[in-house]
Amino acid sequence: MNWVVTVLLVLGVFFFAIGTIGILRLPDFYSRLHAAGKCDTLAMTLTVSAVALYNIHGLSFGNILVSWKVFAIVFFISMASPTATHAITKAALVVGVEPWLKKRGPRK
Amino acid sequence: MRISVQEARDRIPHHDIILETTVRLMVPFIQLYGLYVIVHGHYSPGGGFQGGVILGASVILFALAFGLPASQEYLSEGTNILMANAGALIFTGIAVLCALLGGMFLDYSALVKILPIDPISWRSHGIFLVEVGVGMGVMMIMISIYWDMASAGHLDEGLHMASASQTDKVL
Repeated sequence: MNWVVTVLLVLGVFFFAIGTIGILRLPDFYSRLHAAGKCDTLAMTLTVSAVALYNIHGLSFGNILVSWKVFAIVFFISMASPTATHAITKAALVVGVEPWLKKRGPRK
Repeated sequence: MRISVQEARDRIPHHDIILETTVRLMVPFIQLYGLYVIVHGHYSPGGGFQGGVILGASVILFALAFGLPASQEYLSEGTNILMANAGALIFTGIAVLCALLGGMFLDYSALVKILPIDPISWRSHGIFLVEVGVGMGVMMIMISIYWDMASAGHLDEGLHMASASQTDKVL
């Protein structure tokens, strides 16, 4: 069990690191949000799953209940975070944040 | 195929199916959690204020996704005002009732004269009753603050589709 928890935590930290590098290095608002939304959702799922698994160490009803609640948090964040990213991106497009293009077209 | 930013903006529909589906899935669970926080207020973190804020946030989320008029169909302005005042009345009513029955202000063990059970368990149940009132009041006031701020006091369209003409009207 400890090995599974360790692997999940290391993978989670790895994806958090990738997301952070993406936020810092990518060129514009949309691609930064793309890095933040995807990597955070996956890394959060892995890390919090590790917490839930670690918690059912000693198998008892209370521990299983707490782990169940933690998995509910995973479910709701993995549903809400991509939707929030989608809504922010759409709002940015509506108010006119220009996307980054490799070759600049003629300006209007 | 490449389209310009302006074309992309024009193609965006007014209703967003992803947002609406997610909100429709999440609002019942948020409300259930708010009720849980209110009910468990006296033996875990939480209470009337926090639970009321969570309940209010669920309706605010609904208003953000579906627009202000849709949220007013769901919860009318009259109900809002009525429940906000009822919440405040429950809180102060119970507190004053305790004082009238010979205890201190908010001293629930005085309520033993109405329903004779153990004074110690009256303290616990009294806190619960007061927290229900606080939760109702806070929920409704949060919603009404959001309504007023999002539509600049007009209570018409809100932030959902704030067009240029509306902005001109407000300014």
